[in-house]
Amino acid sequence: MIGAVRAYVLLAAVWTRAALQYRASTVMLTLGAFTVTSLDVAAIAVMFAHTDSLGGFGLYEVMFLYGTAGVSFALADLLFGNVDRLGQHIRSGSFDTMLIRPVSPFVQMAVERFTVQRTGRVAQAAVVLAIALPSLDVPWQRAWMIPVMVVCGVVLFASVWTVGAALQFLLTDAPELANAFTYGGAQLTQYPFSVYGADLVRGVTFIVPLAFVNWQPGLFVLDRPDPLGLPHWLRYLSPAAALMLATLAALVWRAGIRRYRSTGS
Amino acid sequence: MIELDGVGRSFTVRRRVGRLRRETQVVHAVRDLSFRVDPGEFVGYLGPNGAGKSTTIKMLTGILTPTSGRVQVAGLDPSRRRTTLARHIGVVFGQRTTLWWDLPLRNSFTLIRHLYKVDHEVFRRRMAELCEVLELGPFLDTPVRQLSLGQRMRGDIAAALLHDPPVLVLDEPTIGLDVVSKAAVRDFLRSLNAERGTTVLLTTHDLGDIERLCRRVMLIDHGSLAFDGTLPALMATAPAGSTIEEVVTNLYTRRGTPAAQ
Repeated sequence: MIGAVRAYVLLAAVWTRAALQYRASTVMLTLGAFTVTSLDVAAIAVMFAHTDSLGGFGLYEVMFLYGTAGVSFALADLLFGNVDRLGQHIRSGSFDTMLIRPVSPFVQMAVERFTVQRTGRVAQAAVVLAIALPSLDVPWQRAWMIPVMVVCGVVLFASVWTVGAALQFLLTDAPELANAFTYGGAQLTQYPFSVYGADLVRGVTFIVPLAFVNWQPGLFVLDRPDPLGLPHWLRYLSPAAALMLATLAALVWRAGIRRYRSTGS
Repeated sequence: MIELDGVGRSFTVRRRVGRLRRETQVVHAVRDLSFRVDPGEFVGYLGPNGAGKSTTIKMLTGILTPTSGRVQVAGLDPSRRRTTLARHIGVVFGQRTTLWWDLPLRNSFTLIRHLYKVDHEVFRRRMAELCEVLELGPFLDTPVRQLSLGQRMRGDIAAALLHDPPVLVLDEPTIGLDVVSKAAVRDFLRSLNAERGTTVLLTTHDLGDIERLCRRVMLIDHGSLAFDGTLPALMATAPAGSTIEEVVTNLYTRRGTPAAQ
C-alpha cells in the first residue's frame, strides 16, 4: 500500500515535469479547466436570480453541496480518472507491459499521463466551497463531516470508475457505461437531491451509492431533515458506503485481471 | 530458472453461426508443455506463427494464467506472484514497446527506475553502462515515437535490464531490424549472457539469431514441443548438408501428431 502510494507520487512527478516542459500550455489548460467549470456556478447564480430556494435549499447551501461534490469528483478524476482507458491499453497491448512491472497495474494505469491541469477543476470547486462555508456558520460538531465526505466521495467516484474499467476486461469498449455514473454522477450531485424524483434518489442511495458523496452527509452538515423522508441514520453511512463500493470494485478488478486474455501477438 | 510442468492454456472463442446462434469453441494455444531452463542458458524458442510462442512467454511473465499445469520462474509462480517476479525478470516485446511513446527516452528510464525502486547510484552506473554498449547517448532526449526501430529496440532492451534481472525473456527482439542493428542486438545479448550469466530465452523467426546465439533450441508446434536439444542435434534431424532453413521447414511442416482440433 505504502509502496503503491510512493510509486504513484514519483510517477506523477515525472509526468508533471514532462508536462511543465510546455509551461504556457499547462498553465492555460489549468486556467481553462477552472474557467469552464466556473460556468456551472454561473448557472446556479442565474437560477437563484429567479428563485430563493432550489428544492428547499438556499444559495449557500446549494453552493456547499456543489463544492463538496465538485472537490470529490475533481480529485477522483485527477487521481484515478485515467483508469477508464483500460480498453485502449488492452487493445494496444500496453496493458501487458503494465503487468510485467512490479507495481500494481491499477496504480500504473491511474497515474499514466497524470494530468496536472485537472487541478484547475479542484481549485474551482474548492473556491465555491470556501465562499459558501463562512455564510453557513457550521459549528465544528458538524463540520468534521466535511473532510470525511470529501474523502468518501473520492473513494466512491474512483470505485465506480474501477468497476467500469474492470468491465472492459470482458467488453473491451465499455468506458461510456462507467462515465454515465461518474461524469453523470458529478452532474447529479451538483444539486440538492430533493429536486429529483424519489425513485431516482432511492436508486442512487441504495444501488449506485452516489447519494453518499455529498447529499446524505451534506444533510448532516447543514442539519436538515431528509426532504424525502429516508431514515436519519443514512447520513452517517458515507464511510460504510465508500468501503463497500471500494471492496466491490477491488473484487471485480481482480476477477477481471484473472480473466485477462491479452492480445494476439 | 524456468520450469514448466504439463502447462496448458486454452481460450474459449465465440463464433457467430447464422444470425443469432453463437458457437463456443475451445482453442488450445498451448497443451501439456514441459521444459526446464537452467541458470546461464541461452535458449532459442522457435515455432511457426500461432504455435503458442507468445502465449508461453505471457505465462512465463505472469500476463496470462495457465489453465492447467505448473509454471515456475526464478522459483516463483508467475501468475500468483507477478509483481514479485517482475523484479527478477526482464521482458522485451519486439512487436511493441514497453517505453512511453510521448516521453523522451530518458524519462522512460526514470519512470522505470521508480517502478522498480532502483537505487539512484546503482541506476546511474547501470545507465552509463547500458548507454555505452547499446550506444543510446545520441537519442536519450528524443521522444520514443521519433526513434527508429533499431534505436527503439535498443532502448527497450536497456529498459528491460535496468533492474539487472537474472532472467531475460525476449519475444522477437530482432523483428524488422536491419543487418547492422540486428548484429548490435545479437552482440549485446551474447555478451550479457557470457559476462553476467543472465539466463536468456528468446523467440524469433530469424534463424540467424538461432545460429549465432543459441546453444539450445526448443521448437513448439501446435502448442507442444516438437524438438528440444542443442543446435547440432537440431541439424541432425535432417539429411546432412541441409541448411538451417531446410531443417526448420522440415520440422514445421512435419505435422505428425494431430495436435489441433
